[in-house]
Amino acid sequence: MHMATVLTINGETKSFDAPPEMPLLWVLRDILGMTGTKFGCGIAQCGACTVHVDGKAVRSCVLPVSAVENRAITTIEHVGSTPAGAKVQKAWLDLEVIQCGYCQSGQIMSAAALLAATPNPDDSDIDAAMAGNICRCGTYVRIREAVKQAANGRQS
Amino acid sequence: MNAHNSVSRRSLLTGGLATGLLLAFHLPLRAAVNEPSQPADATDGKFAPNAFIRIDETGRTVLMMPQVEMGQGTYTSISMILAEELDADWAKVEVLHAPPDDKLYANPAFGLQATGGSTSIRAWWKPLRAAGASARAMLVQAAAAQWGVDPAGCTASKGEVIHAASGRKLGYGAVALAAQGQTPPKDVPVKDPKDFVLIGQSLKRLDTPDKVNGKAVYGIDAILPDMKIAVIANCPVFGGKVGKVDDSAAVKVAGVRKVVVLDDAVAVIGDHMWAAKKGLEALKIEWNEGANAAISTRDIWQNLRDASAKDGVVAKSTGDIAKALASGDKFEAAYELPFLAHASMEPINATVRVTKDSCEIWTGTQIMTRVQSEAAKAAGVPVDKVIVNQHLLGGGFGRKLEPDMVVAAVKVARQVDYPVKVIWTREEDIQHDVYRPVYRDQIAASLVDGKVSGWKYKVAGSAVLARWLPPAFQKGIDIDAIDAAVDAPYDFDNFHVEYVRAEPPAVPTGFWRGVGPNNNVFAVECAMDELARKAGKDPVEFRRSMLTKNPRALAVLNLVAEKSGWGQPLPPRVGRGVCVQPSFASFLATVVEAEIDDIGEITLRRITSVVDTGIAVNPDTVKAQIEGGLIFGLTAALYGEITIEKGRVQQSNFHDYRMMRINETPKIEVIVVKSGEAPGGIGEAGVNAGPPALRNAILAATGVTLRRLPIDRKLLAAGKKA
Amino acid sequence: MSGKMRILTSLGVIAIVAVALGLWIVRGPGPLDFAGGTKVTLADYRAGKPSGVPAKLEKASLVERGEYIAKAADCMVCHTKPGEKEYSGGLGFKLPFGTLYSTNITPDKDTGIGNYSDQDFLNAVQHGKRRDGARLYPAMPYTSYTFMTDEDVLAVKAYLFSLPPVRAKAPENTLSFPFNQRWAMMVWSAVFNPDTRFAPDTSKSPEWNRGAYLVEALAHCGECHTPRNLGFALDNRRKFAGAITAGWRAFNISSDKATGLGNWSDKDLISYLSLGHAPGHGSASGPMGEAVDHSFSQFAPEDIRSIVAYLRSVPPQPSPDLPATTAPVAPASHKDGITADARGKMLFAGACASCHGWSGESPVSPMATLTGTWAVNDPAATNVAQIVLSGTKRHTPDGALSMPAFGNAYTDDEIAAVANYVTARFGAKGSKLTAKDVAELREQTAE
Repeated sequence: MHMATVLTINGETKSFDAPPEMPLLWVLRDILGMTGTKFGCGIAQCGACTVHVDGKAVRSCVLPVSAVENRAITTIEHVGSTPAGAKVQKAWLDLEVIQCGYCQSGQIMSAAALLAATPNPDDSDIDAAMAGNICRCGTYVRIREAVKQAANGRQS
Repeated sequence: MNAHNSVSRRSLLTGGLATGLLLAFHLPLRAAVNEPSQPADATDGKFAPNAFIRIDETGRTVLMMPQVEMGQGTYTSISMILAEELDADWAKVEVLHAPPDDKLYANPAFGLQATGGSTSIRAWWKPLRAAGASARAMLVQAAAAQWGVDPAGCTASKGEVIHAASGRKLGYGAVALAAQGQTPPKDVPVKDPKDFVLIGQSLKRLDTPDKVNGKAVYGIDAILPDMKIAVIANCPVFGGKVGKVDDSAAVKVAGVRKVVVLDDAVAVIGDHMWAAKKGLEALKIEWNEGANAAISTRDIWQNLRDASAKDGVVAKSTGDIAKALASGDKFEAAYELPFLAHASMEPINATVRVTKDSCEIWTGTQIMTRVQSEAAKAAGVPVDKVIVNQHLLGGGFGRKLEPDMVVAAVKVARQVDYPVKVIWTREEDIQHDVYRPVYRDQIAASLVDGKVSGWKYKVAGSAVLARWLPPAFQKGIDIDAIDAAVDAPYDFDNFHVEYVRAEPPAVPTGFWRGVGPNNNVFAVECAMDELARKAGKDPVEFRRSMLTKNPRALAVLNLVAEKSGWGQPLPPRVGRGVCVQPSFASFLATVVEAEIDDIGEITLRRITSVVDTGIAVNPDTVKAQIEGGLIFGLTAALYGEITIEKGRVQQSNFHDYRMMRINETPKIEVIVVKSGEAPGGIGEAGVNAGPPALRNAILAATGVTLRRLPIDRKLLAAGKKA
Repeated sequence: MSGKMRILTSLGVIAIVAVALGLWIVRGPGPLDFAGGTKVTLADYRAGKPSGVPAKLEKASLVERGEYIAKAADCMVCHTKPGEKEYSGGLGFKLPFGTLYSTNITPDKDTGIGNYSDQDFLNAVQHGKRRDGARLYPAMPYTSYTFMTDEDVLAVKAYLFSLPPVRAKAPENTLSFPFNQRWAMMVWSAVFNPDTRFAPDTSKSPEWNRGAYLVEALAHCGECHTPRNLGFALDNRRKFAGAITAGWRAFNISSDKATGLGNWSDKDLISYLSLGHAPGHGSASGPMGEAVDHSFSQFAPEDIRSIVAYLRSVPPQPSPDLPATTAPVAPASHKDGITADARGKMLFAGACASCHGWSGESPVSPMATLTGTWAVNDPAATNVAQIVLSGTKRHTPDGALSMPAFGNAYTDDEIAAVANYVTARFGAKGSKLTAKDVAELREQTAE
């Protein structure tokens, strides 16, 4: 018998049974029912599954659950409670970034982590932080604008 | 074990989460977390004058969406059309997915409830305006009757009927029940566009607030009590069947519940996706690959080239093409486009519960009624016993115009007595798509006095329409495959279009965002650039001279030339390429500016696009669709190609089926011109524009004439000429 | 004898001496010659048992013992084409002069080795001689297996014969002249096959002797890690100095402190061999990843320790092209550190940073950490380019670990750019790969 895994997700302690190598993505979606974090590729090529681990953007589809015990996990459901996350969400709506929206949980998580670390990102910072997130609807132009707006609070 | 706050799926569903979140919702389509059932279309006690409008006594206005939301903003734009003519209070408008019902919700363009072909606004423009106007008239009548005044003396605005003479007002909620008893007047006039208060405004989208916080529920997010999750392995060779399955190791994987063997696929059901995936990896499957195992891309191209050498069915012919081609400066070229996968970000999936006499489905589909009827066949129950719960789509792009994923999920679900969510891994999604067909487009033209005198255009490719909507396939012509070929915008006096139906061996083909015009616009606009060079003319000038009968196309071209800085000097190996197109009843002119470095790598510098889509219901949505469409098309031009070896697709995921990323995306300026024309389609036009404009920019920058997609960067290194 | 004859005879003698001397020079020392010491035959060695299986399997059946030895000799990887039945052959080895295909070694009578007698099998494994008399190409490492005891070779045979026969005929080799002349291999074998069984060294510990047997007779480490001479045989003068094999660089595993294993702790070596990963040293990929998955990870712990003990004794050989120390962790920000190759950076941002991070320390798995690996510190960037091209799929106790193969959707220029960026950012000295180099690496990669 293996022990229950205990994770801290969005400030709450969650306990569940899962094999240690199981990626966090499936724990979130299929065990905890938190479906805001999306499955896109399973090989860390699209970023749809991005969550924060200790404030940094990480792809949960390749992140073994055993690697994140005792670390603070934040998901899209809760990122709005962080200052950067709230700003990003607002800018995303103000500029109407979103189309189908499926990748946007991951985009927002990546952008929020970027702003938390780099409050005034330039284009190269945006490229470095956001290039791992694929958007098939092609909302990239607005994502860039929205990150800038979230950073400086004005429409560029 | 199991410390505090242990969670089970059941407690999650039945517990406080669902109720807690309920309050926050704006749209009823998100009425519960991962909503087990779609709210019914309840009309009791409501003003429900038609299939689209439901107003209750509080004035809450629910609009039924006949078209699906896959990112294109349809829910908002359709609501705007209805609300405009209804004079509804926009703040009180909520939307609900319509249930499958071809009688009530068939797309007028297809005769069935399908979302595709950039038809949502064009096809529904008139019927929805009429529906809104008629409902408004009934509300006005009811209020007028209550007041005992002439309805003609009443107006409506923001969800209220107003009697200006007396200053009285009645909210729609207050007259809803009375209005239900009114007889709708005949031929209610719709508004003069100058009186529009909603249409033409860039209103905020209704579906996006829940997309920033993880609350939006896509098909893949469905969660039901006792649900299990399955992954599927389809026979890697098209048309192959399952041979032997050894599941001895798979069933031992922790969390695996069952291995389901179908005719042409094997599914592993588990407690969660991880167990199912591990179980699938542990399966030993022998496939009966069948005859298609011998097919490769090379055979498919040979097949298509052979077919395209034959005469086709004449789709349009004006003037004397033979005579025109016999004189002047001759030009011949063939353009070839590859298979493409859709790769919507939400991998295809369906959740199904089958009982002895019913079948319930949770998915996001572009084709609800077909899903319903195909599921009925697969489940062995009558159509009316199939419930389809529609969800938001995480991208559709035409892939979800097919019901195959639902049919497979029904077959899996039939084997178990619990609901099962069947998910295609990204690899399965890419390798078992219904692909954008390969096309070969041949153009023969002649130049006289610097203008095109004869234009003979032969399209060879799959007839998707013949399979998908057989009645629309008439006289051997796929009207989709030649759509923008027969509608070429230029003044071609001697004009001839033929179509050769050529179905690729083995590979299933379907609609892909941009559909037929993708191949036509590419071929036409590439040929026009080559002809301009041949004539020694500037590509924009050359096109202008032949747009004398097409003022809308000419106007967008002129504006894009101005806005893009056409003609202004550029550094070496930087070029501008132009594309003009009428497609989906919209007019688009686009200029791509690109740099090709010495090793042939491409940097997109800037894109300018001007669109005349007629009345732009929501101009910001129009812009967004062009921006996104351009990237969708450019992604294909740069990277998109599905290849076949031994009957199987060689690409599998985003590492080998590549997508443009934000750091490859240039500035994109989209200008929506004011127009009073009826709305055109907008979801796909941008897709058509990107590839030819980029290809023409490459031609300008390097002198290399590309006639195949995707762009072969090996041909573009410095010093190469084609 | 006439004067003329005498001169001719003298010339002949001189020629023979010259050829012999030349062969002696080319052939060089044997793989165990470095140890000096006193050799005895296995039968006369009493201190321990270098050959055979570990203690826990002493009482196991012949087939089980054979399975252990077959895995230790890593037969399966070369004799299995991906996706096909194990040991059924058909894997292609792309060589500069054509492609060689491994044979079916299942007991199928028509296409496999079902008709092999014990002597036939010994001839093949120890002498490089096929049942029909034809000579094997040295892609089959019989010059290593020749050190195996007859007992161990026949245990492998018993194991292989316990497997279900698979009907599978390997494709014909496509070697060009003169490499298609199998008879020439007879000469090669006469020169380069020591054709001798393992002889323990009484001056060394039993553990060392076990390690020597495992490394030299079974695991055939030198086949990849020892450079080759003009005759395409192992040059043991530079034993374990590292070499390029099948398009991958097998790094220095001599005891050199800077560029070999001299500074690896026992713990790290044990971890690397048994798990394919050691903190700060990166992860095994390519052929070494396969060797770990199919061979070393199956070794008994005491056998891994014996290998470590033996490797420690191999004299240091420098790799002068490698830096003296691997580069430290790169800065966390993409802006700091090396940012020269713009195209490489762009590709890294999109396809690589999610797993490898901007610092080189993986945010998802220590196995994906680049910092400290020789691959990124190799200024030739061979393995970086190769893993980007072909990816890796490893089976570890924590589940599969994989990196996708980017080779099909990224151009040679792009792969060169990203390899140059990665080696510059995470290694001591950036590489200068060109598209042509990458094209050559694609060619060299075995199927």
